[in-house]
Amino acid sequence: MMREGLTGSRIRERRGMVGLKQAELASRIGISASYLNLIEHNRRRIGGKLLLNIASALGVDPSALTEGAEAALIAKLREAASAAQLPKVDVGNADEFAGRFPGWAEVLAAGYRRIGALERTVEALSDRLSHDPKLAASVHELLSTAAAIRSTASILADDKKITTEWRDRFHSNLDQDSRRLAESSKALVNYLDSQSTEQGDHTVGSPREEVDFFLADNNYSFESLETGATTVDELVVQSEGLVSESARHIAKGILQQLKLDANDVGLKNLQYQLELVGLDPILLATHFAVSVSTILRRLGSLTDLNAGLVVCDRTGSLLFRKPTKGFTIPRFDAPCALLPLFDGLSNVGQISHGRVALAGRSEVEFEIFAVAEPVSKPSYNSAPLIQATMLAVPLSSGKASTLPRATEIGATCRVCPKEDCPARREPSILSSGF
Amino acid sequence: MKKRVLLVEDEPNIIEAITFLLSREGWHVDTQKDGATAVKRVRELQPDLLMLDHMLPGKSGLDILKELRSDDQFKSLPILMLTARGQMRDRAEAEAAGVSRFMTKPFSNTEVLAAVRDLMRN
Repeated sequence: MMREGLTGSRIRERRGMVGLKQAELASRIGISASYLNLIEHNRRRIGGKLLLNIASALGVDPSALTEGAEAALIAKLREAASAAQLPKVDVGNADEFAGRFPGWAEVLAAGYRRIGALERTVEALSDRLSHDPKLAASVHELLSTAAAIRSTASILADDKKITTEWRDRFHSNLDQDSRRLAESSKALVNYLDSQSTEQGDHTVGSPREEVDFFLADNNYSFESLETGATTVDELVVQSEGLVSESARHIAKGILQQLKLDANDVGLKNLQYQLELVGLDPILLATHFAVSVSTILRRLGSLTDLNAGLVVCDRTGSLLFRKPTKGFTIPRFDAPCALLPLFDGLSNVGQISHGRVALAGRSEVEFEIFAVAEPVSKPSYNSAPLIQATMLAVPLSSGKASTLPRATEIGATCRVCPKEDCPARREPSILSSGF
Repeated sequence: MKKRVLLVEDEPNIIEAITFLLSREGWHVDTQKDGATAVKRVRELQPDLLMLDHMLPGKSGLDILKELRSDDQFKSLPILMLTARGQMRDRAEAEAAGVSRFMTKPFSNTEVLAAVRDLMRN
């Protein structure tokens, strides 16, 4: 069977745009109308001089007929096929599928994109499900629609002998469900917005949530505290979001640590040294004569670095979480056991350095540094209290090649698509691939 | 004679997709959208397999499951529960009530078919 792209479809589309009939274009470039018809229906491979002639006759650059959206579409189909763990031979047929059935290919790719977006929404919200029945019902609606889309799209992709009647019906169902998904998503966002407006962020949940919102509202940056313009107590008292005594206690601990860190490592000085030596926490710790965990916390405060930061105690309980785009840290559920954060708990003082990729989103990668260090004073016959700290810096594509292969991690088991994971504690509410 | 499955699900497009899938596999598929009369329908049809959504209008999938399992006639009926409620508590309740298999949405067709084949083998 031939392998054709969407070049023919693009030629047909361009011809329509310039108002040429098929026979007219065929005549101008010196081929028969029937042969042009085959080309336009992606039944004949096209390239070389003929492509140049057609492009010239249509008044476009040849690359406009062969590149762009086609490549993106095929890449998305391959991604969908890989996620579905289809055999390699089927993954390789993505271009043929896109060439023969461009409309269906667009539908499948769009469905796959929607499912990806939905999974990310679910990941961000799943922590709150058991705390908010209305939210649970909304997400149930979203997941049911996603299930319908997924199942239907999978049938269309897999079943080559499907009758026209069923195919049309499924096409119509996909259209309905896509609209429904868009409406449900909008309703969910409106609900969350109204919650925020009616209740205020500070009353959303636990003391830990109050602190998380307090930190996020301040963009994890407390310049007035760093410069000495305000004190920890003043900041805590002035915050309207810190309502409960527990939240104020937790926030004080975090701010006191930040103040101590700021005394040792000023942010401007850190930024300067970072530009000099690069992202090397050991060198920076040596320069400032502080612990590596201090440097990781300070790097987490640098707005420009846009890094995520997470700290846990020796039980694995999270003490501090600063998410960043693509790096989600669950509020209620236990995080992924594969987080390098936990490596150091059994190897105190060892500094982990590597990269991680998010399961199901391999395009999102982070350079990570992690270390566990004692936080209690030395004493006889008692194990020290330790804290582990991990910094996650969004990885630029150029740096990826210099680091070891990425470890695939998730946010938490319930929303992780990675099947057969040795660290899985419970089944995922997502499934991987079609 | 074709094996018979009763699909109790209120989402019409999931009904169509699963009906197509299982029909293609040689099943006779009956469908039911309402939870309130689902048990009555099971008694009438005597299916070889029941696929049951968790959240249904009229009566929840969990209540239907409990009612069926309290009847000796349906103690060994294979019941596959399809749900968007993936919390451990829901799963534990369904397992305690005697569900044969629990599957969370959005499931893949491959998973559904594998579960059905597995349930019928056992």
